[in-house]
Amino acid sequence: MEIFAVFLPLFGAVCAGFLVFVHSTDSHTPNRIDRAAQYVTCGAMILAAVAAGVVFQDVVLGQNPHTVELFTWIDSGAMEVSWAIKLDTLSAVMLLMVTVVSSVIHVYSIGYMGHDSSIPRFMSYLNLFTFFMLMLVTSDNLVQLFFGWEGVGLCSYLLIGFWYDRPAANAAAIKAFVVNRVGDFGFALGIFAIFMIFQTVDFETIFAAVPDKADAVMTVFGFEFHAITVAAVLLFIGAMGKSAQLGLHTWLPDAMEGPTPVSALIHAATMVTAGVFMVVRFSPLFEYSETALTLVTVVGASTAIFAATVACVQNDLQRVIAYSTCSQLGYMFFAAGVSAYSAGIFHLVGHAFFKALLFLGAGSVIHAMSDEQDMRKMGGLWKLIPVTYALMWVGNLALAGIWPFAGYYSKDVILEAAYAADTLVGGYAFWLGIAAAFLTAFYSWRLLIMTFHGAPRADKKTMAQVHESPKVMIVPLLVLAAGAMFMGYLGYENFVGTGAKAFWGEAILVLESHPALEAAHNVPLWVKYLPLAVAAAGIGLAYVLYMLLPGWPSQIAVRARGLYQFLLNKWYFDELYDLIFVRPAFYLGRGFWKGGDGSLIDGVGPDGVSAAVRLLARRAGAIQTGYLYHYAFAMLTGVVVLVTWYLFRNLG
Amino acid sequence: MFEIGLSHYMTVSAILFTLGIFGIFLNRKNVIIILMSVELMLLAVNINLIAFSAYLNDMVGQVFAMFVLTVAAAEAAIGLAILVVYFRNRGSIAVEDISSMKG
Repeated sequence: MEIFAVFLPLFGAVCAGFLVFVHSTDSHTPNRIDRAAQYVTCGAMILAAVAAGVVFQDVVLGQNPHTVELFTWIDSGAMEVSWAIKLDTLSAVMLLMVTVVSSVIHVYSIGYMGHDSSIPRFMSYLNLFTFFMLMLVTSDNLVQLFFGWEGVGLCSYLLIGFWYDRPAANAAAIKAFVVNRVGDFGFALGIFAIFMIFQTVDFETIFAAVPDKADAVMTVFGFEFHAITVAAVLLFIGAMGKSAQLGLHTWLPDAMEGPTPVSALIHAATMVTAGVFMVVRFSPLFEYSETALTLVTVVGASTAIFAATVACVQNDLQRVIAYSTCSQLGYMFFAAGVSAYSAGIFHLVGHAFFKALLFLGAGSVIHAMSDEQDMRKMGGLWKLIPVTYALMWVGNLALAGIWPFAGYYSKDVILEAAYAADTLVGGYAFWLGIAAAFLTAFYSWRLLIMTFHGAPRADKKTMAQVHESPKVMIVPLLVLAAGAMFMGYLGYENFVGTGAKAFWGEAILVLESHPALEAAHNVPLWVKYLPLAVAAAGIGLAYVLYMLLPGWPSQIAVRARGLYQFLLNKWYFDELYDLIFVRPAFYLGRGFWKGGDGSLIDGVGPDGVSAAVRLLARRAGAIQTGYLYHYAFAMLTGVVVLVTWYLFRNLG
Repeated sequence: MFEIGLSHYMTVSAILFTLGIFGIFLNRKNVIIILMSVELMLLAVNINLIAFSAYLNDMVGQVFAMFVLTVAAAEAAIGLAILVVYFRNRGSIAVEDISSMKG
């Protein structure tokens, strides 16, 4: 059953992949090929989701965590790596979440990508992505984790650049790939560090050995460091890249150049949460390094507030949601940082549902608006697309953390845990988290009001064509909306409540000295109600500014011009990186190209030799005057020389 | 008495041969002159052959001289024919103008 859950998507990807190469001159057949690709991939995904449900039943509810060894991959000296499917509560939860969200998005893609010219390719990539993601979450060693990690990165690249005839999409795809490479470099170093410390990459062996190595030291560049801290920080750098945390977040907003289902599946629900998953998976390691946990908390909290401020001023519908994703990932990380790992995963799962819902809802709006993404050109849509409107409400309520939607439960428990951690960084995370919660509610309703309310700002032709999406797109949204509504309520008890210990089993380790999550249930009353209050305040502010006084936002933008520009330009991160990394790299590259390669290697090597040969040939050619008497003279001279030589040799 | 010996014949032939060579090199005007110079050189060789034939009492030299004459005649005929065609094509047989083999 496990094997079906993991490998069915690969099967679907291969089948659909072959269909890409089926060409036909018959005008009806391409359509049939598209249909076949859609059926095989969606069918594979739905079956995988069913299998994942069975696995979840067995592993989590039946309390039967186990590992299925498929076969040995690498066996070299001390290094032993197997292909395996490790199933404990953590991976079973991820397995179920990934397969369900992925199947829903597959079905949605049938409608959304219905008019695209390369449907089999798209469906194949989506399925392949899901396979890699499942490999990632079910791995039982670091190398297989890395395999899945790079695989999802590859699929992300392929899907961001899916419309490869758009230069912006290609640029975004390359940016995502390169920025992720920075994080992956840290991750790879982390794997090396782990192998150095523990002589193995197998999770169970590592986790069992961590307490023994708790005081081990490691020499890096001549300085001695706490070995586990080094490994944990390096792994976290990898997680930062994949999960778009502050510093390595620049690729995520640009990644919205891809089709909307891709944004929903990869850049909201699954791949970007891989970093959170990895940190949680390594909870037995992170628990032994206060420094690493502090770093995780600070980075997470800073990202949460940073992305939330930026989201408040963006005008592109998808970009607002992208920054929101970035911000919510920050929440998950600082939850992990204060040792409330299960709260992080709880938020991750809830977020997967409501953020996918928001993205797909946004896709539905964009579909209705004839591919318009700028919120300034929308407005007044709510009567025309009521179902999408209602679903966007659900998504935004969940995102803002309003009772009883998913976000309320998970965000509250994260903030409570941050408060209950009772440390300096915990306080930092708590207050920034509260501020981010306020901004989250604000930008969610800004998005909702700008898109659906007010006077229509689009031209008449676009407005006349606004239509509700077909059923194949609406039904998946309903499934996700159900998740966004009930996930928090259903999961609370088991994920973070009293049943958490039995639920998680040995999948997550929290030391006695980090009681944030237990303490989270005993925080003062004002801490419990503050997130809800600030969310309501944020909604109120957005309502006042955009509904009642629609002239004010632009007034404020003019008054606080500096701040507005700062936020609109995303804190100038892109410009900064351009200045520090991109341009020097360009100059260096140009220098090597023109100076090193062009002048030196080509100049002395191939070009130099060929120039020398040409010169010699021209000189030699010039000897041939074409005048007969010159040739005759040469012949005679030759004869004279030969005869003379012959005579003198005989004489001598 | 002044007797004409082998060395005199050889001197004459050497002079003729040298004349032929210089006729080829120094001539800047006409291809016909080159042909004539070549003819002159062949004749110098003939004188040499016949002189040695008489001196060594060996008829082979004279036979060879006959061959050379025949070949020279054929060569002159062919050479002149080529020249005529060449003149028709190019409108000139000046040595200075013939340099299409130039590199």
